[in-house]
Amino acid sequence: MATIPAPVAELLERALVAELTVVDAAGRPVTYPLIPLYDGEHVYMTSSTLFSRKLEHIDANPRVSVSITDPVAVDGRLDRATIQGDARVIAEDPHGGWERLLPIWEAKEPSIVLFLKARVALPLFFERALIEITPRRVLYWADGQAQTAPAVTVIGEEAA
Amino acid sequence: MRSTPELDARAGLTKLAGYPYQIATWVDDTGYPVSVAVEAVVDPTTGTATFAAPVGLVVPDDRDVSLTGTHIRPQPGYGYDERRHVTVWGRAAVGEHAVTLTGRSAWGWDEAEVPFFEYSERSLPQSRKYFDALSAERGTPVKPRLSFGFLTLRTTRLPFLTATIVPVVLGILIAASHGSFDLVAAALTIIGASFVQLGLNVANDVFDTVQGADDANVTPTQFSGGSRVIQYGLVTLRQMATLATVFYVLAGVIGLVLLATHGSPALLVIGVVGFIVSLGYTAPPLKFVYRGLGEIAVALGFGPLMLLGAYVVQTGGALAWEPFVASIPVALLVALILYVNEIPDRRGDARVGKRTLPVRFSQTAVITGYRVVAAAAFVAVVVGVVAGILPVPTLLMLLTIPLALQVSRGLEPNYDNPYGLMAVMGTNVQLHLRAGLLLLAGYVVVLILGAVAPGLDLFVG
Repeated sequence: MATIPAPVAELLERALVAELTVVDAAGRPVTYPLIPLYDGEHVYMTSSTLFSRKLEHIDANPRVSVSITDPVAVDGRLDRATIQGDARVIAEDPHGGWERLLPIWEAKEPSIVLFLKARVALPLFFERALIEITPRRVLYWADGQAQTAPAVTVIGEEAA
Repeated sequence: MRSTPELDARAGLTKLAGYPYQIATWVDDTGYPVSVAVEAVVDPTTGTATFAAPVGLVVPDDRDVSLTGTHIRPQPGYGYDERRHVTVWGRAAVGEHAVTLTGRSAWGWDEAEVPFFEYSERSLPQSRKYFDALSAERGTPVKPRLSFGFLTLRTTRLPFLTATIVPVVLGILIAASHGSFDLVAAALTIIGASFVQLGLNVANDVFDTVQGADDANVTPTQFSGGSRVIQYGLVTLRQMATLATVFYVLAGVIGLVLLATHGSPALLVIGVVGFIVSLGYTAPPLKFVYRGLGEIAVALGFGPLMLLGAYVVQTGGALAWEPFVASIPVALLVALILYVNEIPDRRGDARVGKRTLPVRFSQTAVITGYRVVAAAAFVAVVVGVVAGILPVPTLLMLLTIPLALQVSRGLEPNYDNPYGLMAVMGTNVQLHLRAGLLLLAGYVVVLILGAVAPGLDLFVG
């Protein structure tokens, strides 16, 4: 059974930022740059309640994509990927439920723990929901160029 | 409505042209979004962006396609900065080799244009909407939270109690230098006066919320714009009103105890006037701060009233010129805290008719006003000493002149930058605190020398 290809997993682990695209009520793609947090199975992102419009879109339509395109955000790597998947909003505990991902987050943004200690300064920023994305299909451009057809991997099936 | 303004397509395309590549995105036939990095030729004048047709993917021409530009600058070992992104939506004309998107609408954020804190404040309605929806879904109220310690700190604005402690302790020390000191009364005075300020701080949030000033302010800082606990949904308006009442009642009880044990007509007058000034600061019908009288109210309350109040408690009602003159620099410097803190609030304040001095006057006038009043604070001490009213050691306060100059120099370049002004506001708070502490130190010197060298005259003339 195919899983996320190794180079794409490496991109996810390394990327400081990725682009989450959700679909709004009009069927239009809406893209948000967010930090991708990968635990080897799911891609996670977190959203402050301040910027929770994306969560409304996901609740209405769970089909999303996560793209990694910026070489600057992946230490200069030129390969690129887009992961299509199904998203689920986890909002049981906006105050602290998301903190289970803090170790992965801290690895990418060390200062986040300092900000969290001073959450009194911006309390609503740390009221957050988790977005859990189950990958379904991966498009991978080894050279990062749109003039090359992407390698397509359907998760749960043999690689195409 | 978004928390940042929608862009028109041309403005969005202009921004998009500044990115080294773009991300073309559409919803594919399976219903999932798909994105591919492209290098588009963006022409804002024609409202189009053209890029080579990606190989192996079919760009649709029957639904919206977007082009997104994003930028971030990694800061290894810390995080990142320079965040910005923009998305332009439109329909695509798809040729054999090229795709041309005609922009129709756009949206984006650039933290260089809208700082993150302002962006967050503008997004408060979205957070309220989120918690309302979550509460409706669960059938029970779901609210944002803070730990009790943080919430207390934020709600009461506890660190600003120095504005009370400085004049009250100064009044007590001056009375002690005149031979009057009662430790219990001194402690009760400090506690009671602190409750008055805490009541004022909380009541200020209540009345500013009721009158719309705190909601209209999208650039609050740690020194300005109120505690924001009501706006953030951490505490309700009713809870805040109750808390303010509790603080005022506690202050009143202590005031009555002091009246009963150390009462005098002077203390009664100071207590009544102090209560009116404190509550009337933002409360209708007086609303001093809404009428451009906030600085005078604050100067009066945290200057002569606090200082003379503490003094007459110790002396049993005897008044003197010395505590009054000593209160002048404290009053002027505390008024300048409010004055500078009103600068970043002035646009929001103007929207709700809160006619503070920075709302009424030009930048030049406001900065000149600061310089004149700050200079007056130091001149008052010198004149007080030369006139033989204040003891010579109070001249220690002049050591804070460099801080005043630092604030004065920082106002002009940061006048329109609330977050740049934060450091200036911080220095201004320090100016009041340190000047106050040096005045206190002056009186400590007076008391020590009075004990070790009783005949030594520390007054000029």
